[in-house]
Amino acid sequence: MLANLTSSERQTALVLAGGVAVAGLVMAVLGRSDVLGVHGVIVMLCGGFVAWRIMSSFYAAEPTQDRSVSYYDDPIKAGIALAMAWAVFGMFMGVWVAAQLAWPDLAFDAAWSSFGRLRPTHTSGVIFGFGGNALIATSFHVVQRTSRARLAGQVSPWFVLLGYNLFCVLAISGYLMGITQSKEYAEAEWYADIWLVIVWVTYFILYIKTIARRNEPHIYVANWYFMAFIVVVAILHIVNNLALPISWGHAKSYTIWPGVQDAMVQWWYGHNAVAFFLTAGFLGMLYYYLPVRAQRPIFSYRLSILSFWGITFFYMWAGSHHLHYTALPHWVQTLGMTFSVMLLVPSWASAGNALLTLNGAWHRVRQDATLRFMMAAAVFYGLSTFEGSFMAIRPVNSLSHYTDWTVGHVHAGALGWVALITFGSLYTLVPKLWKRQGMYSDALVEVHFWLSIAGALIYVFAMWNSGIIQGLMWRTYTEDGALSYSFIDSLVAMYPYYIARAFGGLLFLIGTIIGCYNMWMTVRSAPHAAPERDAPVTPATVPGE
Amino acid sequence: MAEVERDPVSGRETTGHEWNGIKELDTPVPRGVLMFLIVTHVWAIVWWFLVPSWPLGTTYTKGLLDIDQKTTVEARVIEGQRERANWATRLESEPYEAILSDENLMNVVRSSGRQLFGDNCAACHGRDGRGRANYPDLTDDDWLWGGEPALIEETLRVGINTLHPETRIAQMPAFGRDQMLDREQVRSVAAYVYSLSHPDYSTPDNLDRIQAGQEVFATTCAACHGENGEGIRDVGAPNLTDPYWVYGGDLDTIIASVHGGRQGHMPTWDERLTAAEIKTLALYVHDLGMRQP
Repeated sequence: MLANLTSSERQTALVLAGGVAVAGLVMAVLGRSDVLGVHGVIVMLCGGFVAWRIMSSFYAAEPTQDRSVSYYDDPIKAGIALAMAWAVFGMFMGVWVAAQLAWPDLAFDAAWSSFGRLRPTHTSGVIFGFGGNALIATSFHVVQRTSRARLAGQVSPWFVLLGYNLFCVLAISGYLMGITQSKEYAEAEWYADIWLVIVWVTYFILYIKTIARRNEPHIYVANWYFMAFIVVVAILHIVNNLALPISWGHAKSYTIWPGVQDAMVQWWYGHNAVAFFLTAGFLGMLYYYLPVRAQRPIFSYRLSILSFWGITFFYMWAGSHHLHYTALPHWVQTLGMTFSVMLLVPSWASAGNALLTLNGAWHRVRQDATLRFMMAAAVFYGLSTFEGSFMAIRPVNSLSHYTDWTVGHVHAGALGWVALITFGSLYTLVPKLWKRQGMYSDALVEVHFWLSIAGALIYVFAMWNSGIIQGLMWRTYTEDGALSYSFIDSLVAMYPYYIARAFGGLLFLIGTIIGCYNMWMTVRSAPHAAPERDAPVTPATVPGE
Repeated sequence: MAEVERDPVSGRETTGHEWNGIKELDTPVPRGVLMFLIVTHVWAIVWWFLVPSWPLGTTYTKGLLDIDQKTTVEARVIEGQRERANWATRLESEPYEAILSDENLMNVVRSSGRQLFGDNCAACHGRDGRGRANYPDLTDDDWLWGGEPALIEETLRVGINTLHPETRIAQMPAFGRDQMLDREQVRSVAAYVYSLSHPDYSTPDNLDRIQAGQEVFATTCAACHGENGEGIRDVGAPNLTDPYWVYGGDLDTIIASVHGGRQGHMPTWDERLTAAEIKTLALYVHDLGMRQP
């Protein structure tokens, strides 16, 4: 990876890695009487390790070729490896916490392995670890190919990728030690949040500079979505994480948002994390890898425009539907609910645009599990966006809220949409990137597909059942007007569904492990493909216009 | 820039854009999508007119239906109270004997009490009230502080060893650990206590130890547990002659209890539940024991 850097770039990288190590040292010293000190040591070791790697080949031969005639694929390859490693970790944690709900003794009576600490390691592991790395890797790939330009930086892509993973490590190791801001999907504390701002702004600048040097007259749809993802996640992250640390030497901080405003900011963040991280970013993936794999033109450019602006505009208003029937004023709830329903149209327009793109390629969907991954993802996307708008309606929400139905809905999106589109994209991307004829084993892709579908369906059906039973049990009265069931009665009724859910998750995890093995074997031993021209447009290659 | 082409499958023209081989068709937005868009927007606008929706500086549009979640929930609470009024007021005001003899009222106690017990008591005493190790079984005939509804109500109200000013207080001292009894005395008194509920333990082999234990018991334990070890409910000292045990009735556990002492804790529900709820639970728990075969 260092062979592609010049000596001055290696110096920059070394300074950055050294700076991180020094920052870790400062954290370790300031936080020596707190868990912050442990994180200081982790940061120092990470920075030190990268600095050591740079120094150990600091004087190796510099690149001789003109790098601008080729795409910058090294960080993408690393990003794919990291994404798959996080997928296995995050999904394993998911199976573990699911099993804890059925068999609480699996917490082993230790603080670090209690449900409350493990659950965010699952959510952050899959959303930020797996999803985030997959988004960074594919966005680097898509922006270069659709702009016909090399990434606008040599060191910054590595800074973004490794810096982002340092954030993930800090967040997840922190949960195990009990460090949390208690904000769902924004649990990481202030110092990790500041670090992520630095990384994310670098990502934004890198991305927009790459688009600025494009050699295409138009910006492709996928890049609109990736840009929306990067810009909005930055805004959400900064606003929701505004907080005052109790001292420079402590991990603990207090949010600046008071009372119900804090709840509103949190769910404006939370819902738009779903919108811009888990939807916009992955629609970026879909808009590139699906037409490439299907070898079909996008069904409608106009529909792409309509759904892009619909999604970016309407999602921003929808967060308050997470706070129906709470201290949040009624009028805010009404706005959240109505905008959630209007949001359904652009969401379905996107799903429809993807599925109609497959017209003329359905025979490929039948034969090619990779394309089928993406087709199924679009179907799940359509189903879960319908479900989301439906659940945002206040009376429906009064049944579904706080129940497993919500958990099932999230997983219809996370397993069915996010994970399936990622696997489809990576199965398309890995052979291209490593210049192979195809995946090591198409049969294993097929096995992975069916395990994923079975796992997701078992999970979602179990949670629909348990969620609706729960919701009904909580609101059933006897004819005397007293509640019929205690909470613990509903818990006992959940038991079989909790076992089914853990089993569904386990199937999904096994599929992911098979996917890892298949990708590993593809990189190691699949036959090389004949070289095809896949390079940026440079002055030398542009014929006279 | 690529040329505009005609796609053979759909018959549509492309837009003429191309990125890395990806082209786009110039298909117009389907009419169904536009219709759907109009329907959802019209619905939203109508809804905004009906219920609270848009902020206006320091106030907001109240809506034509004059609905607000606060007034809605207040009305529901009043409605719920009215549904329960016919039995709730009777439970609150009538004496225990009257309630116990009214089968209809006791059926209400059994259904609403079950839910209250599940949400507040089951975590320690189990869903069925049978308790588990260290938490008393409420379905048996043995009571630490008495099984009459009024006594149960008092236990629920003030708790045991709590911060409530009128709390019930009970402590079994740590006779061994605090060196009030030596090791041999602890063993012998435990043997005596064990023999009270296990007559077949009084074999000639054990007789010396049991007799030594009986002397220790008379001077050390009888003040609380009574001369015969049958317990004194006013001070919450358990009956040691029956087969019911809170912490376990095997010899080792009895030795542990005498050595290290015991101090159970039952929370006070005075401010967490209403008087009517506490009374319902007292009746429910009393009834659990009565329904025991």
